[in-house]
Order: sequence, then structure tokens, then C-alpha cells
Amino acid sequence: MSTDALTKLLSEKDWLMADGATGTTLFNMGLTSGDAPEMWNVDHPDRIRALYQGPVDAGSDIFLTNTFGGNASRLKLHDAQNRVGELNRIAAELGREVADASGRTVVVAGSMGPTGEIMEPMGPLSFDGAVEMFHEQADALKAGGADVLWVETISSDDEFKAAARAAELADMPWCGTMSFDTAGRTMMGFTSADLAKLVETLPNPPIAFGANCGVGASDLLRTVLGFQAAGSTLPRIAKGNAGIPKYVHGHIHYDGTPELMADYAVLARDCGATIIGGCCGTTTEHLVQMRKALETRPRGETPTLDAISEALGGFSSASDGTDDKGPAPRERKGRRRRS
Amino acid sequence: MSDEENDIVLSELDDEELVQQMMDDLYDGLKEEIEEGTNILLERGWQPYDVLTKALVAGMTIVGHDFRDGILFVPEVLLAANAMKAGMFILKPLLAETGAPTIGRMVVGTVKGDIHDIGKNLVSMMMEGAGFEVVDLGINCDVEKYIGALDEEKPDILGMSALLTTTMPYMKVVIDELVAQGRRDEFIVLVGGAPLNEEFGKAIGADAYCRDAAVAVETAKEFMARKHNQARA
Repeated sequence: MSTDALTKLLSEKDWLMADGATGTTLFNMGLTSGDAPEMWNVDHPDRIRALYQGPVDAGSDIFLTNTFGGNASRLKLHDAQNRVGELNRIAAELGREVADASGRTVVVAGSMGPTGEIMEPMGPLSFDGAVEMFHEQADALKAGGADVLWVETISSDDEFKAAARAAELADMPWCGTMSFDTAGRTMMGFTSADLAKLVETLPNPPIAFGANCGVGASDLLRTVLGFQAAGSTLPRIAKGNAGIPKYVHGHIHYDGTPELMADYAVLARDCGATIIGGCCGTTTEHLVQMRKALETRPRGETPTLDAISEALGGFSSASDGTDDKGPAPRERKGRRRRS
Repeated sequence: MSDEENDIVLSELDDEELVQQMMDDLYDGLKEEIEEGTNILLERGWQPYDVLTKALVAGMTIVGHDFRDGILFVPEVLLAANAMKAGMFILKPLLAETGAPTIGRMVVGTVKGDIHDIGKNLVSMMMEGAGFEVVDLGINCDVEKYIGALDEEKPDILGMSALLTTTMPYMKVVIDELVAQGRRDEFIVLVGGAPLNEEFGKAIGADAYCRDAAVAVETAKEFMARKHNQARA
């Protein structure tokens, strides 16, 4: 099997820059709240090309396709569940076009976001059902020319495994990140250490894994430190939000400055991340400063949590569930037989 | 593994022990045990309203606090809420018969363009668990759907949820419509969802941003208390 573009880049460079926000950028181009961004792949291909061109011009080595909500479950909301193949394929084709015209190797990563449904036994979505949805999307991204699949913003381990299985079925290399937005864990309670462990046990491990979105840049770096502390050997991804969302003059604005994101990028590398990018609120302007900082500033020691909060702001919770400093579980009488 | 000596026979417990055990069982999301406990208390002559408040609501309050404090996460809370719902299912018809008081009425829904309803469902269940009447509009609610439900249900509280940065601004569309109709003050507007924060809630004109379902319940209770005090004054 020929080596995929991402693996090749990773073997040549000791860090790579990913892209920034998709939603934020599309809003700035006139996307209306509530509309499906994926429709623009067909309705406004020029805007999607411009979306991709931004990170390419800012020096990103990787950009994600506009297909985050491109699974059948999410598209159903817009009565477009039958357009999974078309919308994902075209998004990847547009990406291929922009990447190939760049004159260097730029990885087209096929974005696959969560289904939005809860999996069994807590919710209605079966494992096989999730695999089927992700597989459909993965095949279409592959057909459109994506180099790798990029599973992101996942909160449940089962959903992560389902996406991994879909990548296997589609015979595609993949990357996977989770969103750690609840007291340092995913909303399902999954910790950074749990994810580091999970990826090692998969039959088709990802090329790289990590964290995206979540709360602020500080929390995200604490998560990345958690991967390192868990002894992970796979390359790690850090894609944090540019600060916190605020509502200014009728639209969402993230308060993280390009200077802050530049500091974040360098710290992310010091925390052991190999693939560094932004998530919500990260514009081309941020990426330019991040690239510059990564190229010009030297590597440092692994930062302490204090150093991170000093540089980027405080954490959203005292513990992220990987130490013993978190809130103690309730005292139980515990007489009930537990399965 | 046999563990029979540790097994508990609910019917052998006295009232106080049983209520304690039901709180533990709610915490552990044991649906059948909650159904059994609810029936035992009713057989012992408990008023449905007392079973609701002293066992189920009290138990869910503990679950809510531990969810708020990062001890429990969504899967555990969903299981607990499911167990509570099973108890509520038994109590609901009885509560209707006995004309038990509700502490408030809420219309809740996920905004247009957003399919995510995990947090919204938790809010819905926890609010019911706290004794509110909840009308759940589901996902993808546009402004007409919200306003229609407000007309029809005449709730005290409107709750809106969004998980995406692409959909959260829609909350303002709904609030602006209420303002335009001169009806903003008729309702307590609570908003929530992962990408939101307090400042966002204020900026769009909501009464409060609620970080999670437990906070939503506490906030709703506070606003209802204020509303009653104002009505009395």
C-alpha cells in the first residue's frame, strides 16, 4: 500500500500545522444560523474553495473538508439524508483541487463529526447503525479524493470506535479527536488518559489522535498533556478554540487574539502535540501568526499547568479526571448488588 | 458470582431506609428497583406527591449536584433520569387525580438547524424530576414553532438549547421576535448548550445561561420564586 500524504509529511517534519475554524469562516461569508454548511459544497463551491484556500495560504499542511455534519443523521434535519454521497464527495473534490494547485503537499482531511445521537444502551443508535452512517460518509470522502479521514468532536468511546471501524471498511487512513468540554472530560465522562489507551487497542489505530474544540485553549493543552502522561506513542493533535465565543454586533466572535493563538501553538508543541491547529474562532489571521511562531520560536520544556494558565488563562475545572484531585465520588452504603 | 447476602429486599425496609435506598438506586439508574420502591411506598399509603418529592426529586437532586460538580457524566445521568421516568410514569396519573401542585411550566426545544438534543433532554427530564411540567418541542425548532407553543401552552419558562456555534445565534432570532411582539417579559427565557456562556446569554437578551441541566433546575426554581414574590407584592 502506498504511503498516505499525512504519514509522509509526518516522516519529513517534526510538526505540522492544521487549519482553523470552518463554521466561523462560513458565517463570515454569509452562512445563516440554522442552515446546513454542507449545502454550500454544491450551492456555493467558490466560497468553499475560498474556505480551503485560507489555511493553504496561511501555511497549513492539512485542511479539513466542509463535511462535519455530512452524515445521514445530521443531514436528515435538512431533509438531505439522501445526499450524503454527493455532498461529501464534492467537498473532497473541491479540497483536492485547492490542495493540488498549492504547489506543495497539503493534506485533504475528510471531516467526520458526530452523528448527534446517543448510542445504545443509553440511546437509540446501535453500533452497527453508527458504523453504517460513518462508512457511507467515508466512502464518499474517499471517492472525492480525501487523503485521510478526520473524525472530530466525538464524545463517546463507542462512537469513536464506530468511526474507526468505518475507516477500516472504507480502507482509509484516519485521524480522530474528541471534544473534552465537561470538567476536562468529554460529556460522556471520557478522560484524556482513556482516549490514549483506547487508540492503542483499536485494530486500525489512527495515524494521529487528539483533542479539538472543547472549552478554551488552556483546557485543551491540559488534555494534550494528559495524552503524554498516559505514555502515548502515536502522534497527537491539538485543535483548540480561539478563546470563548461572544456575541458582538449580531454575530459570534471568539475572543482569542492571533497573538494568544501563537502562544497556544508553541505551547501545544511543547506539550507533545505534533499536529497543531485551531478550532472555532480560528481565522486565517490566527493561522498566519501560529505558523510564524512555530517556525521562529524554539521548542521549550513541557510546560506546567501553571505556565499554561499564566499564558492562556485559567482552566474550566480544577481537575480533568486523570489525577486524584477531582471531586470525590459520593459515599455509598453500596449494599445493592452491582452487575 | 453469588452475592445474595448483600441483596436487598426493598419491601423489608422501613420507610426511611427504603427512601434512602431509592436515592441510591436512582443514583445507579436502577429502573426496576425504582418502580418497585415507588409501588411499595404507594401501597404503604404514601401520597403520590410525597413519593415524588421525598424520594424521586430528592434523589435526582443528588444526581444533579454530582453532575454539576463533574462527578457524574451524561451516561450516568441518562440512566438515572430513565429510572426516575419509570417512577414518574406510575405517579403521573395519580398526581393528576389528586391535583398535586406543579412548581412551574416550561416549553423547551433545540433551535433551528440543530439536531442535538442530549442536553435538552436532560434538562427536560431533570426539570420534570424537580416537579416542573415540561412541554418538549424536540429538535430543529424555528421561531414559529416556539411562538406557537408559547401561545398554546402558556408556560412560565422558555428554554432553548444549541450545541453548535452555527446554530446558537438563532436563539436571538426567537428572543427578538418576542421583543417585537411586546411579550418578552411574559416568559423567563433560559438558554444552554456547550458553546454558550453567560456573556452570550446576556448579549442575546436571555434571562439566564444555564451551564448544565442541574443548573437549569436551580435557576428555574430561583426565577419561579422571584415571580411568585413579585405576584404577591
